[in-house]
Amino acid sequence: MTTQPHRRAVLFVTCIVDQIYPNIGFAAAELLERQGVEVVVPRGLTCCGQMAFNAGFRDDAYAVAGRTIEILRNQGDVVLPSGSCGAMIRHLYHELFHGTRHEAAAKELAKRTYELSEYLVDVLGVTDVGARYNGVIALHDSCHGMRYMGLGRQARTLLEHVAGAHLVSLPGSDECCGFGGLFAIKQHQISEAMLHRKLTRIAECGCDLVVTGDASCMTQIAGGLSRSKSRVRACHLAEVLANRVGVRG
Amino acid sequence: MATHTVAFVERVDGALHDPSLQTALERATTRFIGNRAKAVADVDNFEALRNQARAIRAGALARLDELLARLADNVERYGGHVCWAEDGAAARQYILDLARQRGVRTIVKSKSMASEEIHLNEALEHAGLEVIETDLGEYIIQLAGETPSHIIAPAIHKTREQVRDLFVKHLGMEPTDDIPTMTRTARTALRQRFLQADMGISGVNFGVANEGAIVIVENEGNARLTTTAPRIHVAIMGVERICESLDDLGVLLQVLARSATGQRLSVYTSIISGPRRPHEPDGPEEFHLVLLDNRRSEIIGGKYAEALMCIRCGACLNACPVYQSIGGHAYGGVYSGPIGAILTPLLQPDLPDAHKLPHASSLCGACEWACPVKIAIPDLLLRLRADAVNSGRYEAYEPMAMFGWRQVMTNPTFYRWGGKLASLGTHLLARNGQVRWLPPPLDGWTKQRDFPPFAPKTFTELWEERKKQE
Repeated sequence: MTTQPHRRAVLFVTCIVDQIYPNIGFAAAELLERQGVEVVVPRGLTCCGQMAFNAGFRDDAYAVAGRTIEILRNQGDVVLPSGSCGAMIRHLYHELFHGTRHEAAAKELAKRTYELSEYLVDVLGVTDVGARYNGVIALHDSCHGMRYMGLGRQARTLLEHVAGAHLVSLPGSDECCGFGGLFAIKQHQISEAMLHRKLTRIAECGCDLVVTGDASCMTQIAGGLSRSKSRVRACHLAEVLANRVGVRG
Repeated sequence: MATHTVAFVERVDGALHDPSLQTALERATTRFIGNRAKAVADVDNFEALRNQARAIRAGALARLDELLARLADNVERYGGHVCWAEDGAAARQYILDLARQRGVRTIVKSKSMASEEIHLNEALEHAGLEVIETDLGEYIIQLAGETPSHIIAPAIHKTREQVRDLFVKHLGMEPTDDIPTMTRTARTALRQRFLQADMGISGVNFGVANEGAIVIVENEGNARLTTTAPRIHVAIMGVERICESLDDLGVLLQVLARSATGQRLSVYTSIISGPRRPHEPDGPEEFHLVLLDNRRSEIIGGKYAEALMCIRCGACLNACPVYQSIGGHAYGGVYSGPIGAILTPLLQPDLPDAHKLPHASSLCGACEWACPVKIAIPDLLLRLRADAVNSGRYEAYEPMAMFGWRQVMTNPTFYRWGGKLASLGTHLLARNGQVRWLPPPLDGWTKQRDFPPFAPKTFTELWEERKKQE
C-alpha cells in the first residue's frame, strides 16, 4: 500500500473546457487520479470571471468570481488546466476583490490554486506520466501562465518524458498567439496578424502537434490551423499527457 | 452612450495592409529586441537593476513636489529660468513670448516627446518661426510631414527606400540607397541650421534635483549642438522625469540605454546645469527649463500613478505583438504602444477613440516584462477598461452580452440550458466539425479562423454520469 498521504484536489476545468472540450477535463482528471489524487468536481462551478473583468465590466466579473470563491471555500487544493484562469485567481482576484467582503477569501484561495502542469511537477513531483505520442511536438507558452504563474519549465519537463515523441523548440514560443479573450473578436484584425505570425513559426518548426496549456490559446491556434488546412494539429497539454489526443467528448 | 470603432479600426486596417510599414516594423523591432536581450544578458543581475530603478522612480514620484522645487531652485541658482507650465498652452505661450522678445527666427530642435505632446512645432510655425528637427529620425518625418511612430525611433515606420525618396525630393540628393551617403546628406543640411539658429529646444531625459541639472541622452550629437550652438536653450521636461541625485541617475541611465537601444550607455550623455557661465568658452547665453504638468499632477497619487514611472525607453513598444503588427501611428496619440495605450487616455482624453486604446492589447504581458521599471502595464490597461465602462463607453452589444453571461455563469439552470443552446446552434452551423461562420458580433472570430462546436454534454454532466455509474 502507498505510504503517501491521501491527496484530494478540486478540478476546476474552466468554462471553456466544460462547454467545448470535455476531453481536456477528463484528461486532467485522469492525470491527477493516476497520481493517487482524489479528484473533486464541485457542483455549480463555472467560470473564473476573466472574460468580463478583461472587458472592463467589473461588476459582472465580481458577481461570477465571487460565486466561484464561495464554491471553492474550504475545498483544499484547486487545480486548473489553464494558466490564464489560474493567473486570474492568483494575480487578478487581488485587484477585483480588494476592499470587498471576499478579499480575505480571495487571498486564501490564491495560495492553494495551481495550474495542472505546476501541480504535477512542483507539488506532486512527477516528471513522467507514462504518456506516448509518436510524432513531433512543439510547445506554445501561454502568456498568462508563463508570466503570471511562472509556467513553462513544468510542461517541458513532462513533454520531454513522453515516449516516442520528439520535442522541438518553437521559435517565439513565448510570443502571444493573439487570443486575448474578447480582443480576438473586437480587434480581430490585430489578433489575426498575431495568429498568422504564430502559424508561420509553427509551420517552420516542423512539428505535427502544437501543445499548449490553455484551451483558449488552443482554440485560437487550432482555429487558424483548421482554416488554413494545415496538417498540424493543436491540443491541450493534458490531452497529450493522458494519451487522449484527438479523442472527442 | 455606445461608441463606434470606425476611426481606430480604419487606422489599424491601413497599418496592417501597408507592406512598407510591415517590412519596417519587422526589421526594426526584431533588431531592437535582439540588441536589448544582449545588453540585458551583459549585466550580472538585470532584475536587481530593474528593482533598483523602480524604487528610484517610485521614490521620486512620492516626493515630486519637494524634488521639483529643489531642481527649480538649483536651476535658478545657476542662472537659468524656470517656467511652471500647467498645460500645453502655458508652455507654448512661454516659448512663443520668449522667441518674440529675443527676436528669434530660426529654431533647431532635438528630440522631445513632451514637445510633441503639446504640439509645439505647429504653434511655433504658425507664429512664423522656422523650426528644424535635428534628430535624424525626427528630421525624416518632418520632411515627410508626419509625427513620430515610436518613442525613441520616430521614423521606425520608414524604410530606407522611403527615406531615399524623401532626401531626393527635399534635399536634392542623387538617388542612392547607401545609408552613409543619406546620413551625410542630412548632416550637411543640418549643420547650416545649427549655425543659423537663435534658439535650441530640447527634451529632457531626467532632471537631477540636487544638481539643478537636466540630462539628455542621444546617439547623434545633435542634442549637444542644439543645446550649445544657439544663444538660447529651452528644455521641456515632463514634471515626472525627475530623480534626486547623480547616484540615482547612474542606475536609471543603465536601464534606459539597455532597454531602449541595447547599448550599455548611449553615445552622448549630457548633464547640463544652467547657461554659459562667465568663465566658460561656449554654451548658450540663456537657459530656460519648462516644467510641463499637463495633467500629470492629477495622475500622481491615483490608480494610474505607476504610469508616470515611465522613462520613455520604448522597450514595451518593441516587445508588444500589437505594436509589432500596427506600428505607432494607428494608436492616434502622441505616445504609442502599450505605454501609449495608457498615457493617451490619461494625457489626451479628448482624443476621439482614446478610450479604445486600452483594448488594443491581448494583455500578454510582454510589455511589463520588458519594462525597465516594471510598470504593471496590463493591470493599468484593465483599470482603464473598467473606467471606460463606468463612464458609459463600450460597444453597443456589450452590456447585454455581459448581463447574459453573468446570468448564465451564476445560475446552474441557465448555464445548463445556455450550453445546450450554444451546442445546438454551433452544431447547426458546423461543416465537417468546424464552424466557419458566426453571426455578429462574433463574426470577427470566423473571418480567418474556424471555431469548434460546443460539446453536446458538458464535462460536468459527463463527470456526474460517470460518478453515478461507479
